[in-house]
Amino acid sequence: MLRGLLLRLGILLASLAAASLVIFWITQALPGDVARVMLGDGASPAQLAAKRAELGTDRPFFVQYGAWVAGLLHADFGTSWYSTLPVTSLIAPRAAVTAWLVGGGLTVAVAVAVPLGAVAALRRRRLTGFVVSAGAQVGMAIPAFWAGILLSMLFAVQLRWLPANGYVPPGRDLLGWAQHLVLPVIALGLVQAAVLIRYVRSSFLDVLGEDYYRTARSIGWTRGAALWRHGLRNAALSLVTVIGLQVSALIVGAIVIERVFVLPGIGSLLLDSVSQFDLAIVRGVVMILATVVLVVNGLVDMAYVVIDPRLRHQERA
Amino acid sequence: MKRRELRVGIVLVGLIVAMALVSFVWTPFSPTAVNSTLPLQPPGWPHVLGSDHMGIDTLSRIMVGARSALYVGVIAVGLAAVVGVPLGVASASLPRWAAEVVLRITDITYAFPALLLAILLAGALGASTETAMVAIGIASVPQFLRIARAGAMSVLASDFVLAAKASGTTRLRIAVLHVLPNIAPLIGVQVSVSFALAILAEAALSYLGLGTPSTVPSWGRMLGDAQTYLFTQPAQAIWPGLSIALTVLGFNLVGDGLRDVLDPQLREVA
Repeated sequence: MLRGLLLRLGILLASLAAASLVIFWITQALPGDVARVMLGDGASPAQLAAKRAELGTDRPFFVQYGAWVAGLLHADFGTSWYSTLPVTSLIAPRAAVTAWLVGGGLTVAVAVAVPLGAVAALRRRRLTGFVVSAGAQVGMAIPAFWAGILLSMLFAVQLRWLPANGYVPPGRDLLGWAQHLVLPVIALGLVQAAVLIRYVRSSFLDVLGEDYYRTARSIGWTRGAALWRHGLRNAALSLVTVIGLQVSALIVGAIVIERVFVLPGIGSLLLDSVSQFDLAIVRGVVMILATVVLVVNGLVDMAYVVIDPRLRHQERA
Repeated sequence: MKRRELRVGIVLVGLIVAMALVSFVWTPFSPTAVNSTLPLQPPGWPHVLGSDHMGIDTLSRIMVGARSALYVGVIAVGLAAVVGVPLGVASASLPRWAAEVVLRITDITYAFPALLLAILLAGALGASTETAMVAIGIASVPQFLRIARAGAMSVLASDFVLAAKASGTTRLRIAVLHVLPNIAPLIGVQVSVSFALAILAEAALSYLGLGTPSTVPSWGRMLGDAQTYLFTQPAQAIWPGLSIALTVLGFNLVGDGLRDVLDPQLREVA
């Protein structure tokens, strides 16, 4: 087992290294001469040289990359091109907002999807099962940002129960914080729930076809008891995998939802930095988001090695 | 029930495609002429869906917007299939360790979902329809690669491929004559599902102002504009969202429907 875990850890580290190289190449080499892009064609050679020295682009690519990675290992994301502030100081206060949003969205998604997915599996030949499945199909087609706009249309514009946008830190005003986060979290969570319902449904259906479920039923267990004991555990296993895969969807969804509700998270920071051509911030934020996705998926892989001995040597399909 | 899914999906996709085609020759009003009517009209006559903040007929913009959505979808999914399928088929006949390397490299793209890659590229190269299409396309390559690889491996294990090999058929001919036709249905399902995802990603990018430029009507940007005027004319935030949702629903239903029609074949490999 230790060998399997170390292998997965090695793969994770290699993926992180590769991702960092891709991100750095796209933001440092792909735009061409960044100094010229920033200063325009009117800049004199001396100005260009000074700018290149300031940005460090006069050095060889791999020297620049090495310096960036060495900084990353100390949580130093470099200096903003636009404001010349340390990127870390810009990211840190905003990370909490995004974390609340993604965490809340995931919680809503699981809380909605597990019961509804179970209902869809158990009542699959009845109207309720059909309605849940059809609802999930429709939910998957709704863009999270449109769900956000519709929710704020109803609860902020029409009913005036909740604020349409903005953010208050929980330390300052707990109620206000919750009020500002309710709609974004629901918008993000519900759309994600639609995707999860289908997985929960199919993993419950798999259990219904298993021998151990039939045995439990035949020795007199009620359907509910058999499913509680066997169904939920098996569904939980595949749910963990799916959540691993869904983390990227949640993060991407959060970037857009932050824009819909004007939340000051790292998604907003990313989008603002793109429009200011501040690639130092862009690469820092994208590196953080890619790291979260890769680490979560790596942990899911490792959890599987621990939980399921059959998977220790199997290729992940 | 399952055939009904497919039928509903085909009807929805057909409607959107028809709307996009009709918009080339006819729209009720000009989709771009500013102030052809009063701004922010409610739905009514002659502006069936109302008008936007620039006084442009909303129905006309929705119709032309279908073109942007389908255009991005076709190019992005086409790119993903053209790159992913041959790589997948080729990797099926690679030795185990080499195939593992290919798969691990494509795994890295999991860290870059379409939208994140598109934002990253827009930051480096500037936002444009082309950047968006390329980003969505690249992010969709791994799905095609995996599906094609799984399908090709099961075909390569079959007796008729063995017979073809025994009679001296080259690897390339086997791939083109035997593998591709047999995995085509699988690819068809993936095309449909990827199309739905591509349209969602394009809509989000245009909403963020990083996709289709503001001069070309697109559903995502229409939603962004409508949000600004949510208090004055909320109806404008309905139509573009509904168009996106129905298009995505259509492609998802076609994908699911196809998968179910092909089920016995798919269960083995997917």
